[in-house]
Amino acid sequence: MTVRSLFFAFYRDLAGADELLVQLPAQATVRDLVRELRGAAAGLAALPETPVVAVNMTYAPLSTPLADGDEVAFIPPVAGG
Amino acid sequence: MSVDASLCRVTRDPIDASALLREAVSPADGAALLFWGVVRNENAGRAVAHLEYQAYAEMAEREMARIAEEARERFGTGAVSIVHRVGRLEVGEASVAIVVASPHRAEAYDASRYVIEELKRRVPVWKREGYVDGPTEWVPGFTPAVPEAAG
Repeated sequence: MTVRSLFFAFYRDLAGADELLVQLPAQATVRDLVRELRGAAAGLAALPETPVVAVNMTYAPLSTPLADGDEVAFIPPVAGG
Repeated sequence: MSVDASLCRVTRDPIDASALLREAVSPADGAALLFWGVVRNENAGRAVAHLEYQAYAEMAEREMARIAEEARERFGTGAVSIVHRVGRLEVGEASVAIVVASPHRAEAYDASRYVIEELKRRVPVWKREGYVDGPTEWVPGFTPAVPEAAG
């Protein structure tokens, strides 16, 4: 399956991109995606092991199973207002 | 509940406070409260020249709508509107506006406070400070609470 990873703020600086398409085996979870990203790109090695993520625009735990076409956003500490 | 019960959006354009107030108030309301968050000229002792806001806009609008709905249910107010700006903002410009319309004032104050505190905890928006004396830096923020896995 392919999932779309989105990066914001400090994480976007690490990734050097707004988004990356990542191929994952069937049954993969958010935790697998994090592991894949931390190993794949030089800057993303600095991504936390347990980052806050939103799957399809809802905050979700790392154990969340992923499906083809999911949108997984990496959310650094928020600072709105 | 009317379809106009909450209006939540992320925008690059300056916020029009009077339009927001006008749109929020219904004949059942006796008060409307405006929270107007503006860019301050200093933070943690450093002189700030401007702020650059970034948002996960689609999710931010959903999350703001969830917060507005929670506030309406919890405090029994009328319409709750939340507008957050993105892009470069100068000192004195409004970055966020919250309007709460309500039959009575006490509920409006409580709901307005609830909305700004929740917004700061959960809405995916970030800001980078541009200092008078140096380069820009991302402002440290709140780590949103993530629900535990079910089962």
